[in-house]
Amino acid sequence: MDKNDILKQERDAAWRKELRGKIKNKERTNIERVKMPEADPTERRRSFIEVNRGLSAEAAMIEASRCLDCANPTCIEGCPVEINIPKFIKNIERGEFLEAARVLKETSSLPAVCGRVCPQEKQCEASCFYTRKLKKPAIAIGHLERFAADFERETGNISIPERASAKNKKIACIGSGPAGLSFAGEMAKRGYDVTVFEALHEIGGVLKYGIPEFRLPNSVVDVEINSLKEMGVKFETNFIVGKTATIDDLKEEGFEGFFVGSGAGLPRFMGIPGENLVGILSSNEYLTRVNLMEANKEDSDTPILKGKRVAVIGGGNTAMDSVRTALRLGAEKAMIIYRRSEQEMPARIEEIKHAKEEGVEFLTLQNPIEYIGDEKGYVRQIRVQRMELGEPDASGRRRPVPVAGSEYLIDADTVVVSVGVSPNPLIPQSLPELKTTDWHTLVVDEENLQTSVPFMFAGGDIVRGGATVILAMGDGRKAAEAMDHQLSKQVENAV
Amino acid sequence: MNKIVSKEFFSENVVRLEIEAPRIAKARRAGHFVIVRVDEKGERIPLTISSADASKGTITLVVQRVGVTSRKLAELEAGDTIADLVGPLGQATDVKKVGTVLACGGGVGVAPLLPIVEANKKAGNKVISIIAARTRDLIILEDQIREFSDEVIVMTDDGSYGEKGLITEGMEKVIAREKIDEAVIIGPAIMMKFASEVTRKHQIPSIASLNTIMVDGTGMCGACRVTVDGKTRFVCVDGPEFDAHKVDFDEMLMRLNGYKDFEKDANERYLKEHQ
Ligand SMILES: Cc1cc2nc3c(=O)[nH]c(=O)nc-3n(C[C@H](O)[C@H](O)[C@H](O)COP(=O)(O)OP(=O)(O)OC[C@H]3O[C@@H](n4cnc5c(N)ncnc54)[C@H](O)[C@@H]3O)c2cc1C
Ligand SMILES: Cc1cc2nc3c(=O)[nH]c(=O)nc-3n(C[C@H](O)[C@H](O)[C@H](O)COP(=O)(O)OP(=O)(O)OC[C@H]3O[C@@H](n4cnc5c(N)ncnc54)[C@H](O)[C@@H]3O)c2cc1C
Ligand code: SF4
Ligand code: SF4
Ligand code: FES
Repeated sequence: MDKNDILKQERDAAWRKELRGKIKNKERTNIERVKMPEADPTERRRSFIEVNRGLSAEAAMIEASRCLDCANPTCIEGCPVEINIPKFIKNIERGEFLEAARVLKETSSLPAVCGRVCPQEKQCEASCFYTRKLKKPAIAIGHLERFAADFERETGNISIPERASAKNKKIACIGSGPAGLSFAGEMAKRGYDVTVFEALHEIGGVLKYGIPEFRLPNSVVDVEINSLKEMGVKFETNFIVGKTATIDDLKEEGFEGFFVGSGAGLPRFMGIPGENLVGILSSNEYLTRVNLMEANKEDSDTPILKGKRVAVIGGGNTAMDSVRTALRLGAEKAMIIYRRSEQEMPARIEEIKHAKEEGVEFLTLQNPIEYIGDEKGYVRQIRVQRMELGEPDASGRRRPVPVAGSEYLIDADTVVVSVGVSPNPLIPQSLPELKTTDWHTLVVDEENLQTSVPFMFAGGDIVRGGATVILAMGDGRKAAEAMDHQLSKQVENAV
Repeated sequence: MNKIVSKEFFSENVVRLEIEAPRIAKARRAGHFVIVRVDEKGERIPLTISSADASKGTITLVVQRVGVTSRKLAELEAGDTIADLVGPLGQATDVKKVGTVLACGGGVGVAPLLPIVEANKKAGNKVISIIAARTRDLIILEDQIREFSDEVIVMTDDGSYGEKGLITEGMEKVIAREKIDEAVIIGPAIMMKFASEVTRKHQIPSIASLNTIMVDGTGMCGACRVTVDGKTRFVCVDGPEFDAHKVDFDEMLMRLNGYKDFEKDANERYLKEHQ
């Protein structure tokens, strides 16, 4: 049976039919989209508590009842891992929350994370019937996903997936970001002996060191990691593959398959004059000091610059996270400086909205061209140039062009540079036969994510450049499937 | 968790720690360093692997007490553990047979100098080492440096031990006396700046090992960036060694002071709690 037949068959289940019959579609479409309860902007801007408070069961059930359980659920096309969206939503509508969570886990290993951080407005929700045909606000798929996953976690009902019988084959997973975690989970389910190697002292990749607590609490990620541990996945922190041990060393120790999920952790700078002044740092450094090293807490040994006037350069999620962190560290003025207009900003719409509510200033169509410091080398001012939008460039976005003679100075004592990241070079450097692109990402075949090295697969940001959590996670699953297939074939051939 | 196997004070503020780390002991080369986090609240700091014993599975660090983390480290005893230790990091020293090498170490910089001196000797070079410090108590690893040097000159600023004077004066004397093919310079940033002025003047190829502020040590944050030959480089992945004549030491000195006030605060807080 192909995917569509399965979807159709499931849709024909008696309970789904009955549920569809309960309320008229006209009534369903007249219900207003749920509003996510949020912490008050004036309070949350100085605190690291989670901004989105989560839906109540009632609110979730009402929102779920808006969904029309479409015969042709286009929403699924918008989800990179093709979650069976109507099936999980209809389970919420009928009050079977744990069942809803189980449906999510059929395809996603991190629903509590994706429900919080997916750019839904560009993915599932963009493809919902409501957006496409009714021109009404989409079903709040992300909020509902988070609700079901949180319900499962908070009620202590987390189901640990069943494991196939042990295969006695050692698999190495390099990196513990979403790509690595989902790969490890899938392989453990299939009975492999998986070890995840992580360079840092914490597991979780960007989910831990990058995305702040006010958007994704660490405790949410830790629960997922614990389920993996219960499934038998081993974790080795403080272990840099290529440095602490090479791939060859690991092969000698019996590892037969490798998955590279080492991410795109290298910060880019702009290369403009004064960029190495004191007080100018990458968003990776800024966020790492706070999220990984807890520099915001009294008893942490790690220092952080608590600027009064903080400027963040860039318009992505990383920039929003940095500027909102600056507020929470006590900044009097927190600014985004972005060279295109707000429309082109790659950040999630919700983050932009939250940042504005919290008092972040948006200086769009402006670009720094020089930093000016004092006699001790501390940054004091930014020379900014105004921009206007010209012809579309390769990314399809209109190219910003400088406006002649428009330069002026902005006062700032801390600048966070958040203009993108490059793939982590540690693995390619230690394995010259591994093919890379001109952008230093790993070359993989699209079908099964195999690299140019036998039994080595790769996914997530190391392959895509800076992408998203859900894409990284999807890659991990896909690679696990392909690796399992290959290793099983090897066994068959040997017999 | 890594266990401390043995500990020894070289002086009041300089301590040698031998730590269990079998994989690092096996993989490390001269020039490599590790990142250490002492405890759950700890900061991540870089320390050079001064020596290693692969058969025993241990590495040796030499730590100078300057702030909170180095203090905490110095207070640990044999049998204690440190929360996190990762490495070996950085590019290994590129050691070749060049002839005569002048190895210059200032203060605790002698610790990272030691494995380079050893590697140069083993590569068949004649090694002349100058180790210098403010005062007698701060001269460390003299015997170990002697073991791999053809000649050792000890200098103190105050003349309390060895020759009196700055390391640059000792360097000038050696350079006047014989042909030096390469210099290695490791110490406080200010010392490296002036020492590399000396070798630049005499056109002696020189490397310096930079001790910038670091966070992750894996190329992820950019805290360690320096300007070398007009380009921004990351010390933790591109270094820690660079052509001494191309490093912008003034910028490096400026950046090292970036967190000074915070470190002072943390240190005072720590001292208050531990009195
Ligand atoms: C601040 C910030 C906010 C973001 N916000 C969003 C968002 O809202 N929504 C969204 O979808 N995406 C967001 N992203 C992007 C998303 O987080 C990434 O696309 C995703 O994490 C990539 O996953 P990954 O598993 O490929 O790599 P990572 O999460 O980067 O994990 C890679 C891990 O591998 C480790 N590693 C690297 N090399 C080695 C080695 N040699 N040995 C051992 N370990 C190694 C690294 O230390 C790291 O922990 C954000 C990114 C950042 C930085
Ligand atoms: C690659 C590398 C190798 C190193 N090897 C060694 C080693 O083998 N032994 C050793 O004792 N130290 C070494 N260092 C320096 C060591 O990392 C710092 O002394 C340490 O980070 C200080 O931490 P702290 O918390 O004790 O002091 P902090 O409280 O962080 O600092 C205290 C004082 O020291 C200054 N300081 C901080 N970091 C540095 C630095 N990197 N260089 C110079 N001054 C600094 C501060 O400005 C402040 O005034 C190395 C550094 C690098 C980058
Ligand atoms: S995983 Fe992301 S894209 Fe897919 S349904 Fe959930 S929120 Fe939407
Ligand atoms: S397209 Fe929208 S309304 Fe239709 S099933 Fe999907 S979420 Fe429900
Ligand atoms: S220490 Fe973070 S990039 Fe070098």
